[in-house]
Amino acid sequence: MPPLDQPLSVLKGVPTTITAMSELVPEPRQKPVVPMKPMGINTSLLGYIGIDTIIEQMRKKTMKTGFDFNIMVVGQSGLGKSTLVNTLFKSQVSRKSSGWNREEKIPKTVEIKAIGHVIEEGGVKMKLTVIDTPGFGDQINNENCWEPIEKYINEQYEKFLKEEVNIARKKRIPDTRVHCCLYFISPTGHSLRPLDLEFMKHLSKVVNIIPVIAKADTMTLEEKTEFKQRVRKELEVNGIEFYPQKEFDEDLEDKTENDKIRQESMPFAVVGSDKEYQVNGKRVLGRKTPWGIIEVENLNHCEFALLRDFVIRTHLQDLKEVTHNIHYETYRAKRLNDNGGLPPTPATPDSATGLSLQHVAPPRWE
Amino acid sequence: MDSIIIQERLVERLLSPRTQAQRSHPGKLKDHEKQYVGFATLPNQVHRKSVKKGFDFTLMVAGESGLGKSTLVNSLFLTDLYKDRKLLNAEERINQTVEIIKHTVDIEEKGVKLKLTIVDTPGFGDAVNNTECWKPITDYIDQQFEQYFRDESGLNRKNIQDNRVHCCLYFISPFGHGLRPVDVEFMKALHEKVNIVPLIAKADCLIPSEIRKLKERIREEIDKFGIKVYQFPECDSDEDEEFKQQDRELKESAPFAVIGSNTVVEAKGQRVRGRLYPWGIVEVENQAHCDFVKLRNMLIRTHMHDLKDVTCDVHYENYRAQCIQQMTSKLTQDNRIESPIPILPLPTPDTETEKLIKMKDEELRRMQEMLQKMQQQMQDQ
Repeated sequence: MPPLDQPLSVLKGVPTTITAMSELVPEPRQKPVVPMKPMGINTSLLGYIGIDTIIEQMRKKTMKTGFDFNIMVVGQSGLGKSTLVNTLFKSQVSRKSSGWNREEKIPKTVEIKAIGHVIEEGGVKMKLTVIDTPGFGDQINNENCWEPIEKYINEQYEKFLKEEVNIARKKRIPDTRVHCCLYFISPTGHSLRPLDLEFMKHLSKVVNIIPVIAKADTMTLEEKTEFKQRVRKELEVNGIEFYPQKEFDEDLEDKTENDKIRQESMPFAVVGSDKEYQVNGKRVLGRKTPWGIIEVENLNHCEFALLRDFVIRTHLQDLKEVTHNIHYETYRAKRLNDNGGLPPTPATPDSATGLSLQHVAPPRWE
Repeated sequence: MDSIIIQERLVERLLSPRTQAQRSHPGKLKDHEKQYVGFATLPNQVHRKSVKKGFDFTLMVAGESGLGKSTLVNSLFLTDLYKDRKLLNAEERINQTVEIIKHTVDIEEKGVKLKLTIVDTPGFGDAVNNTECWKPITDYIDQQFEQYFRDESGLNRKNIQDNRVHCCLYFISPFGHGLRPVDVEFMKALHEKVNIVPLIAKADCLIPSEIRKLKERIREEIDKFGIKVYQFPECDSDEDEEFKQQDRELKESAPFAVIGSNTVVEAKGQRVRGRLYPWGIVEVENQAHCDFVKLRNMLIRTHMHDLKDVTCDVHYENYRAQCIQQMTSKLTQDNRIESPIPILPLPTPDTETEKLIKMKDEELRRMQEMLQKMQQQMQDQ
């Protein structure tokens, strides 16, 4: 993992093959399972050309244009989703802080509420959209409560597809597709709940799911390890591929790194907080209980730091790539197949799937 | 009982007051001959009899799985009731229905025996679709009432087994913002059948301000939905201040925020029951950490008998009245008996025996008339 004090970097590593550039520019193409061999003959360089300055050029470009990231949070109400998102991005980006009254009643059906923010760090601008799903899993009868969520995700793919298929395409298609879905598991200490299994089974095929154990300060260390083991086993037995998916590991380096994360750290047991306290002379984010202060960024207390590094500092670009190259492509292939190989005409709603764009509310920008 | 004592004492005095030098309480009788009757020893007699007979108490625990119900029960009664429990994983639980499992344990402390029955409800609130998941529980409670009703109306009432549920501890998840729809529906279905004591489970994941807010929220919602949870009885005005203060604190802390643990950890040089975290130790019996001590005192040390009384006097009577009303309305529909309250749910007598009864009634009346006539004749003479 790169050192933690570096600014957000859009590049995962230094590319050394000629195919590196096409990897970074999004293109509708299946991601290769094995790394491509260089196009031409590998000749040795007689002097310094300056090909590696491409990295600097890309960095400047990205800093100017900025990039977008859409993260969805799913889980029963009260599991700390809004607090965690605020803690992750160190700002008040969740639904709770954006004027929606926290005390309002549990909605009768699952609603989708998207809020957009622009945050900037080290000259890099990020358009962050947090998509919240109030009402999930809160009713007495929760059958099919994942359907509105699945529909929303597919609608975003549909939107992108329509833009792509347009004759006069925009220079930069606005990307509202969900790049990452944090699923909050309730820390019962026993195992996953039937609802968790059903949700993840249905949605791991359309979006990158990162399971997270919420409110982890309710478990002791042994309970945490046991619970994580049981959850991992249950996910494996049920064939649920959470992000980072095994089949999309590109090379050995990725595989070993991701294997370690998959088999040891995930699901991350997190604690969120937006209040600061003084501990040993430092100001830290934490929770103050009568028996001690729980430090959010202390790895001995919880795994929030691991989650943050994973989602933001190392795998952010990969999340977007997998969404674009795998999930979106799967959706696109299915749509084209349904339509007899023809792309849908962008003006009218497609009769084959019945999807139309009118009822999707655009995210609120703040 | 008291009349016999009075008579005995009177007889003693009548026969030979002077030879009664060796009496059990010589001083007392001499001073308070006229006032002291002696039935103040009644509570002691009751106490002795009950201690011999032993007490029984049935406690039901309900709530989603994973809220620490079993741990709390083990902590309350310092036992390990769930040694051989097999926890199901999520896939097995998809098609699970709510079961009712009873564990019985006999506990003895200082010569007092308690037969404790814990009624567990695994599977409650776990499925994806939890519609009417409380129905097996209400059915169970009604069954126990019906059983007791039959036993009470039966011929041999010496050894009635009281399996009625005296108290239901309902575990509310600390991860929500108050009551969930399942919680509300469950409590509304059961508040008139059993004493509900709501608890906030796993309270060690909440900081004190969050606990306060959650308790307020829950109290508001309980009022809003009209749920009748178990109310602590008012203490009499002649109790001492300390007791009244304790009672007030108890009422203000409802619903109790509890933590359970049966593992002993080392804290500040002492061995206490608690949970060991990297950031500190939560002590189960520390009143500043959670309300476990309040719950234990309420449930076992002060209000156990009141819970049983309310079950017998209120919930059971409601059931009984309902039951009888149903039977009556059914019977008046069939037009068989005119009197309003049948004592037993016996099958109504057939026409043969009815005729016999009528004949006998007639005979009796005739004999009474003859007797009256004879008496009058004797008076006239």
